[in-house]
Amino acid sequence: MSPARRNARTLVSVLVPLAMLGLFILGWHLLVTLNQIPRYILPGPLDVAGALWSDWPILFPALLVTVQITFAALGLAIVGALVLAVLLVQSRWIELALYPFAVILQVTPVVAVAPLLLIYTPSTQVALLLCAFLVAFFPILANLVQGLKSVDHGLLDLFELCGASRWQTLFALRLPAALPFFMAGLRTGGGLALIAAVVAEFAAGTAGAGSGLAFRLLEAQYRLNMPRLFAALVLLTLTGVVIFAMTSLISHLALRRWHDSALARPR
Amino acid sequence: MTAPASPAPLVALDAVSKRFPNGTQALAGMALDLRQGEFLTLLGPSGCGKSTVLRLVAGLAEPTQGRVLRPQPRQPGQIGFVFQDATLLPWRTVLGNVALPLRLAGVERTEARERARQSLAPLGLDAFARAYPRELSGGMKMRVAIARALVTRPRLLLMDEPFAALDEITRQRLNDEVLALWQAAGLTVLFVTHSVFEAAYLSSRVVVMTPRPGRAFADIALDQPPRRDEAYRLSEPYRARSAQLSAALHAAMAEGER
Repeated sequence: MSPARRNARTLVSVLVPLAMLGLFILGWHLLVTLNQIPRYILPGPLDVAGALWSDWPILFPALLVTVQITFAALGLAIVGALVLAVLLVQSRWIELALYPFAVILQVTPVVAVAPLLLIYTPSTQVALLLCAFLVAFFPILANLVQGLKSVDHGLLDLFELCGASRWQTLFALRLPAALPFFMAGLRTGGGLALIAAVVAEFAAGTAGAGSGLAFRLLEAQYRLNMPRLFAALVLLTLTGVVIFAMTSLISHLALRRWHDSALARPR
Repeated sequence: MTAPASPAPLVALDAVSKRFPNGTQALAGMALDLRQGEFLTLLGPSGCGKSTVLRLVAGLAEPTQGRVLRPQPRQPGQIGFVFQDATLLPWRTVLGNVALPLRLAGVERTEARERARQSLAPLGLDAFARAYPRELSGGMKMRVAIARALVTRPRLLLMDEPFAALDEITRQRLNDEVLALWQAAGLTVLFVTHSVFEAAYLSSRVVVMTPRPGRAFADIALDQPPRRDEAYRLSEPYRARSAQLSAALHAAMAEGER
């Protein structure tokens, strides 16, 4: 393909989704204005933009709180999953002993645990962090364990033959081989961390200065302040998109040189 | 033909049996001795335990019964192993893959890379040092695997049907390259194949194995010309050796079915 044609294709692949999004917003605007739908039922896009602007002093600190909880939970989940996954694949005994706990924690709905966590943790923030952590943790752990275990047997033979130590095998073989699996877990876990941070805050129902976007969203609903509710929703969506884009970018950068998932199929 | 008086064997299997945990009897009463400087080929049908012999020699498996004598002391780097697949690390470049055994043995990075580079040259891999495995053809991947096996300058090279998955032309070229490496480096090679023609072309000695459970059925020394090329593949002596090995293989198969 010529460079000019490739550029044209890139342009099209950016313009088409943007145009669709624009059309959608325009349709929304027309729907609201032509039918004269009241703001407290469905605000138009201009109302939402206005709320975003005027309520920014309320929404922005809340956004920061939610983002902080989400990323802290994701960071803890990555570290925790790495440590536990490495432990689990070291010995069959450790795996057998810890497996039931992993399953129980994974299948229990986090909303059901949230009230308990609220009792046992020193502050609501810690409870929210724990909830988001628990939810983000398992997809990353499960993928990592799978990845650490599915190493090519020939390569394991090679490392044994070269007299590689356990640590050398871990760092030079198992962890790199698990990287594509880890990245898949990270993309899932990143999205789930945000969802869990929001759901846990719904369950906790905190108020006041330290509250996140989920609380602002509920509060706006109680007050029938629909534009602000939508504005909070837009911010949450954008946060999710940013998290998805970041994890996808990290995954692409880490794998682009060698993994099939990151490479275009030659045609 | 009788073997000339020679030093103590480098590798010896004495009445070795191997049964896997799933109950498969891979080897029963297998005997083998491999002397310094030989190119010995294990020839047998698929599933006759040829690969198991290599794994026993490499120390990747232990015999259920019998004794295995390996190069002593068994240090890393004494034995080079070329697997059926190239088994390269996809996230490392060609140079990184070839340097791997040295790095695992604790050789410092720049020195390991320098020595890896030297090991690329004989296999015509110089231009591909920075390529990733997925950018290479099957034959080139196998060359990288051979370069990696030789980078520690082992005394013994084990090759487990390395060219089975390659096309005929690539296979013949790699046969020539392996022969050249064997002759130049004074290596001892233990080669596994199910191809009569490959065995007849490469080997100084061929041990024909029976089907599972495998054991040595015939031990045939081949008096080979030092220079082998395209013309040799069409020559009468080569045809005669192939016929001899083929007859031995068929007799081994018949023996296994009795």
